[in-house]
Amino acid sequence: MLRLTLRNLLARKVRLVMSALAIVLGVAFLSGVLIFSHGLSNTFDNIIKGSTPDAVVRPIGTESFGQSAPSTLTVTPADVSRLADLPEVAAADGSVDGTGLFLLDGAGKLVGGQGAPTLAFNHAGSVNMLGEPILELRDGRWPEQPEEVLLDHNAADRGGYHVGDQVRVIAPNGDLSRTLSLVGTADFNGGGTAGAVLVIFSTPGAQQMFLGGRDAFTSVNLTAADGVSQARLVAAAKTVLPDGFTAVTGDTVVDQSQDAIGQFLGVISTFLLVFAIIAVIVGGFIIVNTFSILVAQRTRELALVRALGASRRQVTGSVLIEALVTGLVATTVGVALGLALARGLAALFRQFGLDIAASSLTLTPRTIVLSYVVGVLVTLVAAYLPARRAAKVPPVAAMRADLVPKERSLRRRTLIGAVVLLLGAAIAVAGLFDPPGNDAAWIGVGAVLWILTVAAISAALGHPVLVVCRSVFRRLFGTPGQLAGENALRDPRRTGATASALMIGLALVSLIGVLAASLNSSVDDLVDEQFNADFVVQSVAFTPFSTGVGDKLEHVPGVGIMSRQQFLAAKLGGVDGSSTFIAANDDRFSRIYDLDVRSGRTTLQPGEAFVSKDAADKHHWRVGSRFTLSFPGGGTLTPTVVGVIEPSQVAGQINISLDDLESVGVQRQDSSVSIRLAQGADAATVQRALAKVVEPLPIVNVQDKDDFRDSVRGQVNQLLYMIYGLLALAIVIAVIGIVNTLGLSVLERTRELGLLRAIGLTRRQLRRMVTLESVAIAVLGAVLGMVLGLVFGVLLRQALSDDLTSLGLPLGQLVVFLVIAVVVGVLAAVIPAVRASRLDVLRAIATE
Amino acid sequence: MTDVETAVAASTVDLHKTYGSGDSEVRALDGVTLDLHAGQFTAVMGPSGSGKSTLMHCLAALNAPTSGKAVVDGVDLSTLNDTRLTTLRRERIGFVFQAFNLIPTLTARENILLPLSLAGRRPDEAWFDTVIDAVGLRDRLGHRPSELSGGQQQRVACARALVSKPRIVFADEPTGNLDSTSSGEILAFLRRSVDEFGQTVVMVTHDAVAASYCDRVVFLADGRVVDELADPDREQVLEHMAALQSAAMNLVD
Repeated sequence: MLRLTLRNLLARKVRLVMSALAIVLGVAFLSGVLIFSHGLSNTFDNIIKGSTPDAVVRPIGTESFGQSAPSTLTVTPADVSRLADLPEVAAADGSVDGTGLFLLDGAGKLVGGQGAPTLAFNHAGSVNMLGEPILELRDGRWPEQPEEVLLDHNAADRGGYHVGDQVRVIAPNGDLSRTLSLVGTADFNGGGTAGAVLVIFSTPGAQQMFLGGRDAFTSVNLTAADGVSQARLVAAAKTVLPDGFTAVTGDTVVDQSQDAIGQFLGVISTFLLVFAIIAVIVGGFIIVNTFSILVAQRTRELALVRALGASRRQVTGSVLIEALVTGLVATTVGVALGLALARGLAALFRQFGLDIAASSLTLTPRTIVLSYVVGVLVTLVAAYLPARRAAKVPPVAAMRADLVPKERSLRRRTLIGAVVLLLGAAIAVAGLFDPPGNDAAWIGVGAVLWILTVAAISAALGHPVLVVCRSVFRRLFGTPGQLAGENALRDPRRTGATASALMIGLALVSLIGVLAASLNSSVDDLVDEQFNADFVVQSVAFTPFSTGVGDKLEHVPGVGIMSRQQFLAAKLGGVDGSSTFIAANDDRFSRIYDLDVRSGRTTLQPGEAFVSKDAADKHHWRVGSRFTLSFPGGGTLTPTVVGVIEPSQVAGQINISLDDLESVGVQRQDSSVSIRLAQGADAATVQRALAKVVEPLPIVNVQDKDDFRDSVRGQVNQLLYMIYGLLALAIVIAVIGIVNTLGLSVLERTRELGLLRAIGLTRRQLRRMVTLESVAIAVLGAVLGMVLGLVFGVLLRQALSDDLTSLGLPLGQLVVFLVIAVVVGVLAAVIPAVRASRLDVLRAIATE
Repeated sequence: MTDVETAVAASTVDLHKTYGSGDSEVRALDGVTLDLHAGQFTAVMGPSGSGKSTLMHCLAALNAPTSGKAVVDGVDLSTLNDTRLTTLRRERIGFVFQAFNLIPTLTARENILLPLSLAGRRPDEAWFDTVIDAVGLRDRLGHRPSELSGGQQQRVACARALVSKPRIVFADEPTGNLDSTSSGEILAFLRRSVDEFGQTVVMVTHDAVAASYCDRVVFLADGRVVDELADPDREQVLEHMAALQSAAMNLVD
């Protein structure tokens, strides 16, 4: 039996290669994502471990890689030497970390751009936990003079700088645009910077740039003396610390950093994994279909084997072994391809500045095991139903002439399907009426039920779509068109199953399309309603910028009212409270923005705050409530709530007075500057003047209402296109399914095609016929998918109506999807159509 | 002899067809020169492997000869490319095969009109009616092949072969799969189409009864025309066949 199975495998290799390809691609994506994620977290681990000393002295409440506001607290050289004098301490290196510095390339464009941060600090010569220098010189020498800097080699490359060049930077204060001399390049010991730009100063250089020339430090790196544990080192350091500072062990810093980075990396990995899983599932659909057809084709042979004495179990087993071998081979190829894909992903991320060492993109046992389990399991599960059907072939079928067994009626399946559809609809609709748990999750469960059921009963559901296709084809393409339509209708199960693979992809694409369109339309509404300023000046990456910018903007002629706003992280409650983003507004904020006030007022005096309705509900605040905010360095604020507002795009959840910030030791910067025109000023003229002010600062731009809307839309669309790109893989796999099905249909209908050719179907007409059948399948998949996507997109939007206040339907996009489906159909038919038209007419009609 | 009888609907000149090469070379046709007269019902007979099917395929523009000439309705087939050949088959040739004659997804009516609709031509309604009544299928036009008996399916095939008014109809063992009653109906119809409609029919068969419906029987053996009979009856055909068989046996001995 085993030998027969293996013979079968070889005999049908083309078919098998095609169906295996679906699994290969799915597994390649899966293993590629796993390898890539592993490489990504390896890269960060190496950087974190390689750059963390035995212990760090830093302001209370700051976190490495965390989102804490820069503190104005510093330690003096005397504090540092007190630490250095401790017997537990081998070395104490004062460190100056600066924010608000940006590197420009020769053309004045920002290096690093979005995403990864620019880290500016002094070269303190510290060593990490493993006793290695944190920084390794690659090229040139360390900086000595205040005007000398080093860059990491990657940033130097991206900026087009060589040692000896003058480097352009944007300084955090004073004269914003400056040039410094590049005297060398250096990298973190752990290798790579994961896209961050390193700007390394001499200690006096950093102090001049960030501390106004004061001889002070923002933190201290401690190296333990021989035999001193991190815990003892920290305990000793704590005895001599200045106010507002604490000491933490290197291990804690590493843990905190890994947590923070891990969350971010987890989001990326999960995001990619979701698409990998979708690809694998679509691949599974294709396996089901291919094995069904293979079994149907072999009915007579299987019956013969049964007649000769093979048991049902042996027949099922033989089909499953075939699936097992297919799964194993496909997974092996898939994993190898995944390795290449991971390199590709790494190269793509390098474009965004995230540098991942190729050496860290390795196959781990976990990746290999997971890929094989998923690849082989999906293939086996998908082949199980066809395998069972194979066993049901009665031995007598070997003697009968009619090769293909009569398909069972679709009625029972359709009926059960209809019931499940109703159940799914009930669950999804229940999601709209505040059920226990997450609304969206209810709808998600409904959607999954629907997708699976629609796939199962696509044979019945697809009928009307195919009938429409047939009559359109007949009208447009005459008899070959009609024949194509008839062919698509002839085996509804096969057509439906093939279309289902495409359906999944298009359902997701349409669903995402509806959500994105709704998001865009909600943003439009919000912007229309709330964007009361004439201009907003913000930085591209939402990084705060020097207050010097606002000082200059204020003096531009035509500027009527100007309001400054700083966004920052603070902790709610004590130092150990939860981190939250707050906005600090100046007193002119409420004169520009017409906020929707539910109770109280939005004009703030120092010591007052207004909050959004959501925050008020969450924390049980009313007008008159008081709460505590803690800031890095230990400063606290206890503002009184004076107003509650409806959710707003321009205000924060918690808004305090800008005047309070300096008193709690937070470095003042601006995150957003809003401007209203003076009476009679010409908007265009003023905008030009404002733009001229920020011209030397590529990170900051001036936006009017339309620009603002476009920039928000741009972000939504960027994400949308990324998702579409990832879903394209699922569609490619679906195309393979169509190619497969068509190829088999052509093979099965050899005699019929020969007859048609004999009585006058030209090659061209034959190719057109096969192509149109393919288009019919693709359109069916697209229509089913789009209907599903639309229905659940609308339901999901309803469930998320707090954020997606307005429903948007991407009608234009849906038309594009349909056109793409037609193109997909045409492309999928190329090979089968050519093969069909090359059929030997004689062999086709020759009687046996 | 009248003009109609002397006119040639199709002809071959020194037609050769060989398959394979070297030791495995098979000469399916070995120099066949033959005129098929218009308005005649001709049978091509011969033992298995005599080349009768190959001859028909070459004449019907389904297969290209190795050398020699095949002419249909005055057109030398070797001068046409695949598309022109297809058009020629569609417009000037009718086919009836032994089995699997119909497209299962189309109704009887659609099957009959298929050559016309592939060419984008409208049927001649009066002629269509005449043909339908001649094959007696009027009440079956809306049925699909799976709902028709074998004999009915072959009648649909005959109707399809005639409806485009071809210059010549090729029938390849049209009764090979049928019982004797249905066979009789089909053969009577083909006979009528020659007598009443002036159609030219060439039929490959190894059934002496079928051959007895014809005006002329051409006997093939080893790829050559070895004999022919005019206005044969069953006994004559059987005698000739037996002679051919024994000649073949002698050769083997």
